[in-house]
Amino acid sequence: MAVSHLQCKECKAEYPLEALYVCERCFGPLEVAYDHAATRRDIGELRRRIQGGPQNIWRYADFLPLAGGPPGPSGRLASRVGLPAGCTPLIRADRLAAELGLREVWVKNDAANPTHSFKDRVVSVAVTRARELGFETIACASTGNLANSVAAHGAALGLESYVFIPADLEEQKVLATGVYGTNLVGVKGSYDDVNRLCTELCAERDWAFVNINLRPYYAEGSKTLAFEIAEQLGWELPDRCIVPIASGSLFTKIAAGFREWTELGLIENASRPGPHRRWQPRMNGAQAEGCSPVATAFAGGHDVCRPVKPDTIAKSLAIGNPADGPYALELARASGGAVDAVSDEEIRAGIRLLARTTGIFTETAGGVTTAVLAKLAERGDIDPDERVVLVITGEGLKTLDAVRGTFETRTIDASVESFEAGVADTARVG
Amino acid sequence: MSVLVKVPTQLRAAAGGEAEAKVDGATVQEVLDGLFALHGELRARIADDDGSLRRFVNVYLAGEDIRFLDGLATPVADGAELTILPAVAGG
Repeated sequence: MAVSHLQCKECKAEYPLEALYVCERCFGPLEVAYDHAATRRDIGELRRRIQGGPQNIWRYADFLPLAGGPPGPSGRLASRVGLPAGCTPLIRADRLAAELGLREVWVKNDAANPTHSFKDRVVSVAVTRARELGFETIACASTGNLANSVAAHGAALGLESYVFIPADLEEQKVLATGVYGTNLVGVKGSYDDVNRLCTELCAERDWAFVNINLRPYYAEGSKTLAFEIAEQLGWELPDRCIVPIASGSLFTKIAAGFREWTELGLIENASRPGPHRRWQPRMNGAQAEGCSPVATAFAGGHDVCRPVKPDTIAKSLAIGNPADGPYALELARASGGAVDAVSDEEIRAGIRLLARTTGIFTETAGGVTTAVLAKLAERGDIDPDERVVLVITGEGLKTLDAVRGTFETRTIDASVESFEAGVADTARVG
Repeated sequence: MSVLVKVPTQLRAAAGGEAEAKVDGATVQEVLDGLFALHGELRARIADDDGSLRRFVNVYLAGEDIRFLDGLATPVADGAELTILPAVAGG
């Protein structure tokens, strides 16, 4: 495996591949470093290995931080171990594009994961690494989707799990967590309170908190979204990606995945002349106005985020104190993108826009992402010739309140007369 | 004013192995200065050269992030609890 060591993003100090997440010298975040000297020797063979791999994230094992390779007795059998994530559809959304005056929009539908959000990618990697490190209990601080995924992975792999959530989380997300038999803990307070508590508990318990002491490994799982998008586009980069921002980890790691493959020479349009030649897509971050510390810092020209108290229907993005905020800001600026925020009303409209033009029902976070796409298109920020990828991270059935009351069901008697009188005489059906 | 400062695991080696320290001070800044006086190595770990906290350090007074209060100038009461934690968790 190419995985090499942990490295501080700030001061570059090196650490062994253990359950560490903070640099003891400067308090900066640790991330996984790789040595791709052997990987880059034969790019053709690497492509064949990826294409011949399992239909899940383990096809990208060369770029994931596992000492022992994919789980299971062989790469092929990785498809049958635990809850394999990834290989979700990338759908060309021509009707959505047309409505927004754009030419080419693709939707990466990550609701099509085992627990219906992108979190299965990061949890698969973190939990597999936790098992390599000998942990018997997994845990997390969650805004909901991570809770579903950690509880399910605990059940699938026979690991004890503890899931900490804000006590006022959407009922659907609570139900879709508790069903797996996890130890579910509702904390009175915001996600940031939950996160603080779990950071303290992490020091006291010998548990693998997937997004705390396992965070360097966990975050790497998000790169697989970039790998899939590039592979599904025929080893090409899109011109622009629109990605929701909560902590900023997903946003920065998608870009890191594109960069890793570009540097290795796996990307076709990085070296080809023409309008779609790119080294890196423009990265647009999407936040809700009720929790927009990164968008606010972007607009204000700041390089750090001032924490906020979240108040938005997009609870899966309601992180007021984003850990990767500074890196998200750097990335948006360096890539020629931006970070924008949308109102709760725009989020609801975004959910409906995606649903009626693509047949994809997303949760509030996807409403944020779609609404930001609409805002960028309306503002004229997107060249009509661009190839845009909209990253949809979660499932609409988890946040049903967001669409309640937005349409009408006509109730009739079970008779043709009643249908004719109550429905067929209206313009749409008649 | 005596304040209990909780030291995160990552900093305990620089704090003589201690998980907590009792420090006097009337503001968060004074408490942190008192902590640095006890354990000099801690200053460079969590503070920049200009004295401000590094960007990946969170400080909580009775569970509230001091950035929602008056930052380093926040007054502290006798018996209060100040918690230093890494900011890179979660998400």
